[in-house]
Amino acid sequence: MIYLAGVERIFQVGDEAVNALSNVNLTVDAGEYIAIMGPSGSGKSTLLNIIGLLDRPDRGVYRLEDVDTTDLTDDQQASVRRHKIGFVFQFFHLVPRLTAAENVELPLILAGVDPAERKSRVQAALSALGLSYRARHRPDQLSGGQRQRVAIARATIMQPNVILADEPTGNMDRNSGKDVIQSLEDLNEKGMALILVTHDPDLGSRAPRKIQMVDGKILEDTGVL
Amino acid sequence: MLLNDTIKLALSSLSSRRIRSFLTALGIAVGIASVVLLTSIGEGVHKFVLSEFTQFGTNLIAVAPGRATTTGISGAIISNVRPLSMDDALALERIPRVVAVAPFVQGNAPVEFGKRSRRSYIFGVGPEVPTVWQIKVAMGRFLPYDDPRAARAFAVLGSKLRDELLGSENPLGRRIRIGGERYRVIGVMESKGQMLGFDLDDAVYIPAARALAMFDRESLMEIDLLYAAGSSADKIAKKIKGLLIARHGAEDFTITTQEQMLDVLGSVLNILTLAVGALGGISLLVGGVGILTIMTIAVNERTAEIGLLRAIGARRRQILVLFLGEAVVLASMGGLAGLVIGAGGAWLVGVAVPALPTHTPWSYVLLAEILAAFIGLLAGVLPACHAANLDPIKALRAE
Ligand SMILES: Nc1ncnc2c1ncn2[C@@H]1O[C@H](COP(=O)(O)OP(=O)(O)O)[C@@H](O)[C@H]1O
Ligand SMILES: [Mg+2]
Repeated sequence: MIYLAGVERIFQVGDEAVNALSNVNLTVDAGEYIAIMGPSGSGKSTLLNIIGLLDRPDRGVYRLEDVDTTDLTDDQQASVRRHKIGFVFQFFHLVPRLTAAENVELPLILAGVDPAERKSRVQAALSALGLSYRARHRPDQLSGGQRQRVAIARATIMQPNVILADEPTGNMDRNSGKDVIQSLEDLNEKGMALILVTHDPDLGSRAPRKIQMVDGKILEDTGVL
Repeated sequence: MLLNDTIKLALSSLSSRRIRSFLTALGIAVGIASVVLLTSIGEGVHKFVLSEFTQFGTNLIAVAPGRATTTGISGAIISNVRPLSMDDALALERIPRVVAVAPFVQGNAPVEFGKRSRRSYIFGVGPEVPTVWQIKVAMGRFLPYDDPRAARAFAVLGSKLRDELLGSENPLGRRIRIGGERYRVIGVMESKGQMLGFDLDDAVYIPAARALAMFDRESLMEIDLLYAAGSSADKIAKKIKGLLIARHGAEDFTITTQEQMLDVLGSVLNILTLAVGALGGISLLVGGVGILTIMTIAVNERTAEIGLLRAIGARRRQILVLFLGEAVVLASMGGLAGLVIGAGGAWLVGVAVPALPTHTPWSYVLLAEILAAFIGLLAGVLPACHAANLDPIKALRAE
């Protein structure tokens, strides 16, 4: 489903060129569960952003479902993000003035889905994550774990093929973190691929496939035989 | 994305910052209110002035001595101008389709009755004035058709002068003194009110020839002609011109048709309305700058939100529309409030100061609201473009 070969990403910081990713090769099949680990600054987020089409590689090939993504226009990339990819971030990125339900509804609104259909889909997504009773609450009335589960509901409301979670538990206590990971794993079991970036070795060890990154390179990938 | 949702999202973000949105909308509201109020006053004055000028009828032509040259200097100060005489007025009466002719000379003099005295306007006129000026006699009769050069010393009082001078006494047949000369009151005019500051009721009408003698003038100030309805003002003006040139040997007079006057007046008043409207437009501009400022701040504050929207699949154009929508909704709501304030203010002014008439045409109201929305659009373009062109990754990291 996801195929990266020889991917490089270089950031120009002042006079210096920072190799955020160098020669990354990665293949992900549909429904896989992968944990990406590595020290801060090793390029985990950059890799996720490229997979999620928020960023483009400077060199190399990225094919998503056999489509070469480098040829896609800005609007086509947005459309792929909308329908095939679900992002979950460390800092939740909920819109503070909107309720939990309204936050979850946003992707449907952007996609122009009919309001009546939106309501039922949002309700279903929230109840699947055990958040029905929080639907009308604003983010500042929710705990960290609840916020992240709202964000997960939003990321998956469009039924994407892959969830990209960038340190989703980095901002909450262990117990809430466990809940959040459990929610993500439930979705993975229903068939969505899950790529999880984490600092926590305990959480990382739950994934069947583990990738270790250092200095923009993949040091170890248990999925490559 | 549906229009409905765009507006809802805009409203939700505007209402989450109530005070700020209120103040920004207030800027537009003040602008629109002042545009509406000022143009309402402008239109009101326009209508008022036109009605003042048409209250004497529309089929009028005025002849005045002296020639208004293209340089704008009245020829009256040049010495070879012949006076406009009573004979001229009599000659003009013979032009076909001219219904009535009213010679006119005006001055000031004390009017005395017994021990009471009052300085009033003295209108030296002919017997046809009620027809030409469309004014009515309330009591008695108007000046009779005497020999114009030797008219009897009869006077007709304006209603106010009659009240001030004679009170409730029956005025008919009373002897009064005007400028020291003895006159007999034969009639009282209906109240006509003020016209452009002239109190037409505080006046006395006497035969023109007598007024000329009283003020020691050779020339009438004006001859007003009433022509039959349906005639061409220009054709009659041409005949008047030919006749007077024949009599004077040169064109040393000025003919103004009511039509011309109303045209000129109308365009002057339109410019006036436009000018005051533009004055209000300046405050509208300031309101627009307010929206520009607040939208720029909003985009900066919500950079992370923009990144998020891009991450969940918003196209650049959708981000643009969202922020433009906010600016337009903000401006439109301000505009709506401004309309209410402006139209209400105009109505209040009309009620509180009857001397300052106001009129709010609906087309202006609609135009003002469209203008407000347009200003929102204009002010929103720059910040919205900035928002749409943000790099989603950098935007996401902005928290
Ligand atoms: N937008 C950017 N501009 C400049 N440098 C960047 C940018 N994004 C990432 N980097 C650099 O690239 C490297 C990898 O960053 P990142 O992928 O965020 O690491 P990680 O998520 O593993 O902590 C770091 O050295 C970081 O400073
Ligand atoms: Mg990171």
